[in-house]
Amino acid sequence: MDALRPMTEADLVDIIAAAVADRVPLAPTGQGTKAGIGRPVQHPRLELGGLGGVTLYEPEELVVSVRAGTPVDDVVALLAAKNQELAFEPPRWRTPDGRASRGTIGGLVAANLSGPRRFKAGAVRDHILGVKGVSGRAEAFKAGGRVVKNVTGYDLARGLAGSWGTLAVLTEVTFKVLPKAETEMTLAVAGLGFARAVEALAGVLHLSVDVSSAAHLPAAGAEGSFAEEARTLLRLEGFAASVQARAEVVARHLSGFGPVERLEAEASGQIWADIRDLGAGLAVGEALWRVSIPPAAAAAFADRLAGLEPRRMAFDWSGGLVWLRLDGALPDLGADVIRAAIAATGGGHATLISGPAEARGRIAVFEPQPPPLAALSRRLKDQFDPAGILNPGRMWAGV
Amino acid sequence: MTLVQMPVPDAATLAHRDEIIAGLGRILPKSRMVVDERGLKPWESDALTAYAQLPLVVVLPETTEEVSRILAFCHAHDVKVVPRGAGTSLSGGALPLADGVLMSMMRFNRILDIDFANRAVVAQPGVTNLGLTRAVEHRGFYYAPDPSSQLACSIGGNVAENSGGVHSLKYGLTTNNVLGLEMVLMTGEVVRLGGKHLDSDGYDLLALMTGSEGLLAVITEVTVRILKAPETARAVLVAFSSSDNAADAVADIIAAGIIPGGMEMMDHPAINAAEDFVHVGYPRDAEALLIVELDGPPVEVDDLIARVEAIVKARGAVDCRISTSDAERLAFWAGRKAAFPAVGRISPDYLCMDGTIPRKAISEVLRRMRELSADYGLRVANVFHAGDGNLHPLILYDANKPGELERAEAFGADILRLCVAVGGVLTGEHGVGVEKRDLMGTMFNEVDLAHQMRVKCAFDAKQLLNPGKMFPELHRCAELGRMRVHAGQLRFPDLPRF
Repeated sequence: MDALRPMTEADLVDIIAAAVADRVPLAPTGQGTKAGIGRPVQHPRLELGGLGGVTLYEPEELVVSVRAGTPVDDVVALLAAKNQELAFEPPRWRTPDGRASRGTIGGLVAANLSGPRRFKAGAVRDHILGVKGVSGRAEAFKAGGRVVKNVTGYDLARGLAGSWGTLAVLTEVTFKVLPKAETEMTLAVAGLGFARAVEALAGVLHLSVDVSSAAHLPAAGAEGSFAEEARTLLRLEGFAASVQARAEVVARHLSGFGPVERLEAEASGQIWADIRDLGAGLAVGEALWRVSIPPAAAAAFADRLAGLEPRRMAFDWSGGLVWLRLDGALPDLGADVIRAAIAATGGGHATLISGPAEARGRIAVFEPQPPPLAALSRRLKDQFDPAGILNPGRMWAGV
Repeated sequence: MTLVQMPVPDAATLAHRDEIIAGLGRILPKSRMVVDERGLKPWESDALTAYAQLPLVVVLPETTEEVSRILAFCHAHDVKVVPRGAGTSLSGGALPLADGVLMSMMRFNRILDIDFANRAVVAQPGVTNLGLTRAVEHRGFYYAPDPSSQLACSIGGNVAENSGGVHSLKYGLTTNNVLGLEMVLMTGEVVRLGGKHLDSDGYDLLALMTGSEGLLAVITEVTVRILKAPETARAVLVAFSSSDNAADAVADIIAAGIIPGGMEMMDHPAINAAEDFVHVGYPRDAEALLIVELDGPPVEVDDLIARVEAIVKARGAVDCRISTSDAERLAFWAGRKAAFPAVGRISPDYLCMDGTIPRKAISEVLRRMRELSADYGLRVANVFHAGDGNLHPLILYDANKPGELERAEAFGADILRLCVAVGGVLTGEHGVGVEKRDLMGTMFNEVDLAHQMRVKCAFDAKQLLNPGKMFPELHRCAELGRMRVHAGQLRFPDLPRF
């Protein structure tokens, strides 16, 4: 059996019931764009592309309900036609051959991966209002609702985000949507080192200018799509008059760090889309780490990586998100050095986004958890998937 | 009696009260335990005063280690524990149990770390919501969620209830503003989630904890995100001769791409009760009053005020005032913020409901509510967060008149069923607690509820933390854990494969 392709929720319940009965593990899959993330698993694919389509879109209510197999691109286009968007900026990471990936809504939620605006607007999970899904008990259930303010019961809808298909297979997700900003502008300074860049970014956050994205891209090697020279970028979004007024304030602040370049709406949108979609894309033979740390720790964190000789590094979320590209031949892909640096500079977590399958089976792809937290995670898994048939081993061995 | 029934107290626990107190006394000094009946009396209710119950004993721990030892002791002896913050719950979330230890977290009242560089504050759970803002406002920062009880309510309680407030449309609920927690499981194990960084490193237990109403773990430390305060804020006070027009104006403002900092609506009875109380010049003959607050840089606020003014005039506003000073803006809000006590003056008692509905259903729900008001012979005043459809109908009654409380509760339950019927939910920010516990079945079926209870089982398998809240029926975890799928009865269905 290679793959199963349910066309209805009832099909999905039957498939999972059968898998439970036969103890056959399954890998819930959208388009497979994130198949290389996590520990390598060989389970038959449970393909959810047949469960697609938008079931509700009420622009005036700022709400959209989408079945899990729907391509993210389709939802983005649907919302854009009404001048709305998913404010967390769903990434569509480029594949190694440079194509934009067509991931699904289910995959987006299962991975809880957000773009540059996450720093202001929140993550995927912050925009989830409700979900429907089928747990590893072969039971269809729902959680949450379709309104923004809702505290009826545990927040299982948000709680399932980022569970990588190990607790339940989502069939439908309801999101809060927001109006697109009228315009945007990015202010950039070139040539700063880490410490100065982090200082420039942090200072802006103490002004009442409502920055929506803040990144530092160190000087790129020949392989990157970013500029040759290091760039420190700050994005402002909103109504035109407001963006202009705030840009003056930010420019004054940045002028202490170097000449300030202004990227108008189109160029601004393009550079943040590049950052969102990982610039040159996922590369073969490299290790790509995604590290979440306290933003002010960014420079100190980077200092501790010296021995690893990162091929590329990029800082998003004002320093709180670090992308690290390393040589794929390093014995542990740098895991120990990276995690020691996190521990030494204020905590956080590192996830291996891309790397050789052999290494992904050997090292901890997700941040290792202390024993009481790991035990709690395992108990949650056992409650939702007692037979262990939903993507076992994808996040942690034996879970 | 229509009042929700609490589980029958465990006779063995009641019989062993002295031993339990002695055991707790080995963990805490006597000065931080309350055991005599007179001392226990003030702890019998939270802000939902229709329910009262003396706890077995009250404990006031001061350290995570004390919390851990108390919970481990209670876990070993099968004693229930009800965690309590400031006791401002409007849904009975902190209602004591006769056979349960009431754990007050108000001794955890220190701010541990103010980190402007990372825009984060680490606080103990008993720090008040407003206390967080007070600690950072000298540098122009604030903590965004602002429940109306913010002067008294604790941040730990805010996390337990996922509290909202007037500004949640633009700035989110508690769940969108909490970065990390330290918590103690019923077994006494201490677990840390998150920190000053973003996103979870595994399952999003922070999401499950936020709004868990004290059923999953006891929170001993909270890390929140703080924001730079907007440069300026101005408000528009708009009167309408029909609530339909007001509701349409709300929809138009959102459709224009404007997300106000706050957008509140009051109906005719609420307008008059508030005006009688605070005398700020609300138009008494208006059928609906809208307060729209815009915040940001002055140029943006001025621009948006003009846009909002045009929208409300196009929707037939009979009066539209724009604040020209902060004093005037606060005067606009004064009546809205005082709406609950104002209604308290015109009625001996009131019940505050808390459903959320899709905005488009506002007119219909208000019309149905007026019909129900006539049917039940009870007055109702409405204030609500119009921007996110969160209603707070206040049902007026007199507890001294036989049967009125029961009638008010039945009326309230009908309103909440109505909210669910139009696509909304039972509670937007006050929590299920005991109050809405028995209505959970109107929103969730048995399978939905069983999945929620399994979260409980992962955290608290013995179900000793705050039982009797949130879920209409208690099921043992062993029973919930049983799989209903049996080998041999099912085959792989005939599905297209490739």
